[in-house]
Amino acid sequence: MAIPGLEQLPVLPVVIPLVAAPLTLLMKPGRAPWAWATLVSWVTFVTTLLLLEGVWVNGPIEYAMGGWGAPDGMTAPLGITYYIDLANALVLTLVAGIASVVFPYAYYSVESEIDHRQTPAFYTALLICFTGLLGVTITGDAFNVFVFLEISSLSTYALVAMGARNDRRALTASFNYLVMGTIGATFFVIGIGLLYQATGTLNMLDLHQQLMGQSNRMVEAGFAFIITGIGLKLAMVPLHLWLPNAYCYAPSAISAFLAATATKVQVYIILRFMFTVFGFEFAFLDVALNAFIILGIAGMFYASFVAVFRDNVKQMLAYSSIAQIGYMLLGISFGTVDGVAASLIHVFNHALMKAALFMGVGCVVLRIGYSNFSAFNGLAKRMPWTAWGLIISGLSLVGVPLTVGFISKWKLMEAAFQTQTIIPPLLIVLLIGASSLLAAIYIGRLAYAMLLQPVPEDAEPVKEAPHLMRITMWIMVLANIWFFFQTDVTVGVATRAAQALLDTGLGYGGAY
Amino acid sequence: MMAHLILRVTIKLLFAPIIIFALYVQFHGDYGPGGGFQAGVIFAAAFVLHALGFGIDETKKVLPPKVLPWLMVIGVLFYAGTGVATLLLGENFLDYDILQPDSHHHAGQHIGIILVELGVGIAVASTMLTIFYHFAGREPEIRDEDW
Repeated sequence: MAIPGLEQLPVLPVVIPLVAAPLTLLMKPGRAPWAWATLVSWVTFVTTLLLLEGVWVNGPIEYAMGGWGAPDGMTAPLGITYYIDLANALVLTLVAGIASVVFPYAYYSVESEIDHRQTPAFYTALLICFTGLLGVTITGDAFNVFVFLEISSLSTYALVAMGARNDRRALTASFNYLVMGTIGATFFVIGIGLLYQATGTLNMLDLHQQLMGQSNRMVEAGFAFIITGIGLKLAMVPLHLWLPNAYCYAPSAISAFLAATATKVQVYIILRFMFTVFGFEFAFLDVALNAFIILGIAGMFYASFVAVFRDNVKQMLAYSSIAQIGYMLLGISFGTVDGVAASLIHVFNHALMKAALFMGVGCVVLRIGYSNFSAFNGLAKRMPWTAWGLIISGLSLVGVPLTVGFISKWKLMEAAFQTQTIIPPLLIVLLIGASSLLAAIYIGRLAYAMLLQPVPEDAEPVKEAPHLMRITMWIMVLANIWFFFQTDVTVGVATRAAQALLDTGLGYGGAY
Repeated sequence: MMAHLILRVTIKLLFAPIIIFALYVQFHGDYGPGGGFQAGVIFAAAFVLHALGFGIDETKKVLPPKVLPWLMVIGVLFYAGTGVATLLLGENFLDYDILQPDSHHHAGQHIGIILVELGVGIAVASTMLTIFYHFAGREPEIRDEDW
């Protein structure tokens, strides 16, 4: 028996949680499933870090599933391949990293929000969702993306519905999400089907090769279906209606995990399909880029504006997530290395902010019982650690210097200045600034409630959240500051990743 | 008791052939049409038919609901375990050739796909039955702890 060496590394981030998930179902309710899921997330995180390092040093890695690689004399593989370059190595590390902090955090929150007997099923679904998100990111096969997308989505619907013990509106939220998500997935698979019809291949790099010079109605329709389908899953602005309630009524730990990972993975899929599969030769790409610039800006303003008036902090943060997706789309829409890099940087940074914020709200829900603004009155006196963590990550969301949010906005503005789009660069920069002010308003409203409002007189005294939750939350808060100083990791990797993506998109290097 | 005599006798007659057909689809899957998904559904259909004729409680005596999560887990582990086995033998995930490396006609591929399809079949059958049990055995009012 041979110990699998480093050449088997690419498959491990998917296989480890996949094998671990069913075992979790058989465990006794309580501590065992949680400890097991946490351990699995840590091991997976290590494998993704090794992968990121390997890709950074040696360039893209390809792994043929079942040994069905390219036969002699041919270039395209026969079966499914995993293809890892810097873009997906970065997203993989992000997803696994967030999981390795949110899973330990989940324990007390889940014990209080979910029926004790359901905890094994909860952690099983969580691990399956984790598998799906990693699988979507790692695979180099267009249909395989769909399969893993469904694996993660189906388990997500169940996880969101588990919030029903606290608030039965979670059931309708989950059902809405199911209907919208299924429509999105169907559109996506129709698009893949059309591409398969046009080219006879499903491998992404091979698709790129075969699609070169092809620009007929079928390919255009396929492209439109794929972008719309993923746009639905991504909560791109006119298609975002499922997201606020799903994030609001899901169990707190799930809100934190999904807000930080699920939509980020969808942004990655958009990047992968636009630049690796289609590329700039495909004339229709400009239509999508122009649409993204409009929808991105619309999302930045509309969703931020709605967020200002929400009474539930979880829902406010959910709307803020939709607004942040606007920034990511804006970065993509520039179609330049700087723009795509800014988008990837914001994917990373926004995951850190939103994880910290939702984890903070989870602490409040645990101790006070609900997440309306009234629960936050005087929080700085009642739960100082949680309150200050929320304030720091909130400032990061606004984009204040010394936090990662500043890096995101800075890079996005820098990229905006160097592009020629349908909207003048200066106006885009001003719009980014203006929508940041809206973020400042809703975060300011939260900070005002926590710092300046008096503690309600009839409020029962509350303890701080358990150490485990506080520590894991503060790891995320400190990461928000740490990555402001350590920009090599985010900016360095994201810039090289964007460079590689666009090189393939422009037609040199990368493809077979 | 005698009300559904013809139905019940027919179901008893059909039960075994349905299971045999499921197994045929299962093990024929590596050569021709068929495979674990279809076989699993056919297998579960036999028990659904039994429940329709004899009542869900009788079926639960034949195949207790407690067993089903175990079967689901075993099914998935059969699938993933085959992959892990090929990993441990030093080849890529799900590269079945390593299971029988000296064979000239790819016996390893046959062994591998049968194992994987068996896992799929077990998982699908038990999942179908779990869904059926939950719908059919649903209490009129759900207790608060079940949420």
